[in-house]
Amino acid sequence: MQTFLEFEKPIAELEGKIEELRHLTDQGDINIADEVGKLQSKVDRLLRQTYAKLSPWQKVQVARHPNRPHCLDYVEALIEDFMPLAGDRAFAEDRAVVGGIGRFRGRTVMVIGQEKGHDTESRVRHNFGMAKPEGYRKAIRLMEMADRFGLPVLSLVDTAGAYPGVASEERGQAEAIARSIETCLRLKVPMVAAVIGEGGSGGAIAIAASDRVLMLEHAVYSVISPEGCASILWRSSANAADAAAALRLTAQDLKELGVIDRIVAEPVGGAHRNRSEIFASLGDALEDSLDGLRGLDGAALRARRRDKFLDMGQKGLS
Amino acid sequence: MNWLTNFVRPKIRALYAKKDVPDNLWLKCPNCEAMLFHRDLEENLRVCQHCGFHMRIDPVRRMQMLFDGGEYQTIELPKAPPDPLRFRDQKRYADRLKEAQSKTGRPDAILVAHGRMDGMPVVVAAFDFGFMGGSMGIAVGEGLVAAARLAVLQDAPLVVVPASGGARMQEGILSLMQMPRTVIAVEMVKEAGLPYVVVLTDPTTGGVTASFAMLGDVHIAERGAQIGFAGARVIEDTIRETLPEGFQRAEYLMEHGMVDMVVHRKDLRRTLSKLLDLLRRPAPVAEVVAMPIAVAEVEAEAVPPPAAAASKDGREPAGEPAER
Ligand SMILES: [Zn+2]
Repeated sequence: MQTFLEFEKPIAELEGKIEELRHLTDQGDINIADEVGKLQSKVDRLLRQTYAKLSPWQKVQVARHPNRPHCLDYVEALIEDFMPLAGDRAFAEDRAVVGGIGRFRGRTVMVIGQEKGHDTESRVRHNFGMAKPEGYRKAIRLMEMADRFGLPVLSLVDTAGAYPGVASEERGQAEAIARSIETCLRLKVPMVAAVIGEGGSGGAIAIAASDRVLMLEHAVYSVISPEGCASILWRSSANAADAAAALRLTAQDLKELGVIDRIVAEPVGGAHRNRSEIFASLGDALEDSLDGLRGLDGAALRARRRDKFLDMGQKGLS
Repeated sequence: MNWLTNFVRPKIRALYAKKDVPDNLWLKCPNCEAMLFHRDLEENLRVCQHCGFHMRIDPVRRMQMLFDGGEYQTIELPKAPPDPLRFRDQKRYADRLKEAQSKTGRPDAILVAHGRMDGMPVVVAAFDFGFMGGSMGIAVGEGLVAAARLAVLQDAPLVVVPASGGARMQEGILSLMQMPRTVIAVEMVKEAGLPYVVVLTDPTTGGVTASFAMLGDVHIAERGAQIGFAGARVIEDTIRETLPEGFQRAEYLMEHGMVDMVVHRKDLRRTLSKLLDLLRRPAPVAEVVAMPIAVAEVEAEAVPPPAAAASKDGREPAGEPAER
C-alpha cells in the first residue's frame, strides 16, 4: 500500500482519481484512457515540482518514508551470491546491523548497513535500524575481515541513531561507536558509504568514516534529529521544521560543506516511487566510486582518508 | 552607543568574569548541602570536604593541579571558521559564541598546554564545561588535533580531560565530523608509540564519549562523574522506566568494564604521573650502560675475528688490550 506524506496530499488526490477511472475502464468507456493519461501527466508534473523544492523538513519525512527502499532491498538488488554473516562473537547478533559478503558487479565485497525493516514484524526484528553496541562490534568484525581478505567495504547508512537504553550503556555504546569509527579509518581496503535514508548522528558516522560518502538526493544526515535539536534549542519539538532548516542536513548542503562527495539523483517523487531506477543509480554510483579508488595501496588509502577528514570543516556555506 | 555596546561591553564583562570570587564567599555543596568556605573548597581542589562530591573545575585550575609547580605553557589553537552554518535558533549562534567567549575569556571550549609532570614532558588538553557545555565543534576538534601533533612533536604522552555534553549542534554535521577527526588525532599519538590517557570528568557524554574519549590506552574517571553515550532523559523516554541507581556514574562504568580506575581528584596527579612513568620507562636505564661492553668481551673471547669485537657504534672496543 502506498503511503502519502502530508505535503503529497494533492498528488494523492489525483492518483486516487486515476485509480477510480481505471475501474470505470472495465465498463467499456474509451475516453477514459485519455482522461487517465491527462491526469497522469498532471501527477507527474506536480511530483516533479514538489520534489524539486522539498524543504529540509520535507526531506526528513521522505528519508523516513515507510515505503522507501531499505538496506536489504539494495543488497538484494545489487549483490549476487550474498552470504549474510552474523554476530559480534562477544555478546549477541544485532539485526539492526546487517552484513555479509557477496559479489557486486563482478567483485567480492563486504557489505554492512543498518536495516530498518518494512513491516511491523521486520521492524521489531531489526530494532528499527537502531543498533546496540553488539551491532557496531559486528560491523567492526566484518570490516576487519574485509581488510584481511582485501575486500572493498560498501556501507549503507540508514538509522535514526544508535539505540539509547540501559543495556546499550552497560555494554559500552560509546566505546563500540568509537572503535567502529577507528576501524573505518584504519582500513587498508577501499570503503564507500552511502546514506540511503537517515544518517542519524554517531550511529551513522560509526560506519561512514569512509573514502567516499555518497548520499541519495532526498536523504538526510545530521548530528542530531530535528526533533531532538528543537526540543533543546527551541524547547519544543514542534519546531522540528525550523531545526531541520538550521541544521543543514540535506545532501545539497552537505555537498557544499564538503562532508559528502556525491549526490545520487532519485527518481521523480523519491526513491520509493521507482525502486529499480534507484537501485541502478546507486549501483552505478557505488561502482564508479570503487573504480575511482582502484590502484591505491592500503597506505595511500589510509593517508588520503585521514587527510580528507582532517581537512573537513574549513569550508563554511557560501 | 553602538560601538560601545558591541565592542567594549564584552571586554568589560570578560574582566568581571575573570575576577576572583571574594574570599569570604560561602558555597552550598550541591550534593550534601553543607556550607563550604570558598577558600577551603579551592584548596581542596573543589571537592566537598564533607561528602567528597567533585565539583566541576575550569581548565586553568585543571592545568595548575596537574603540572609541576602549577607551571605550564598553553598553545595558541588554529583559528576555526566561526559559525560555518550561520546557525540560528531563538538566538544566533554567533552571539552565543561571543557570550561564551566573554564569559570564559577563551576562544572556545578547550585549552591545550604542555609542561612537566614529575619532570616528564606531557601534553594536556582540558575541556571547559563553562563554555557552551564543553560542546565539541570545529574549534575543539582542532584543539585536539593540535594537542596530538604537539605530543608527537615533543615525544610526550597526551592526556585529555573531557568535560562535555557532546557535539555542538549549532555546527551541525561539522560537529559530527569532529568524531572521526579526533579519532585520527588519537591514532597519530598511538602510532608514535606514545601513551594516550583519558581522564573522564563530569560530564562526558554523547559524541565526545563516542570518539576520542573511549579510545584511551588507560581510562581514569573522577569519582562520581557522569559518563555515557545517550542522555538519561532520552533513555528514560525510550525505555519508559526509571534508571538504575548510580547509572552512568564513574563507578558504574568501572563495574561494566569501561574505565580502568576511579580516582579522587587529590590522587589524580600522582596516579597519572605513576602511570606515565611506568609506560615511559619500561626498563631501568642507568644500570644497563656497562652491559654491551661486557657482552663484547665475552664474544671477543669466543669468536676470534676482530670484527666481532667491534662495538655497535664503531668505537674501539674497550677493555681488550690483550688482543693487540
Ligand atoms: Zn558535600
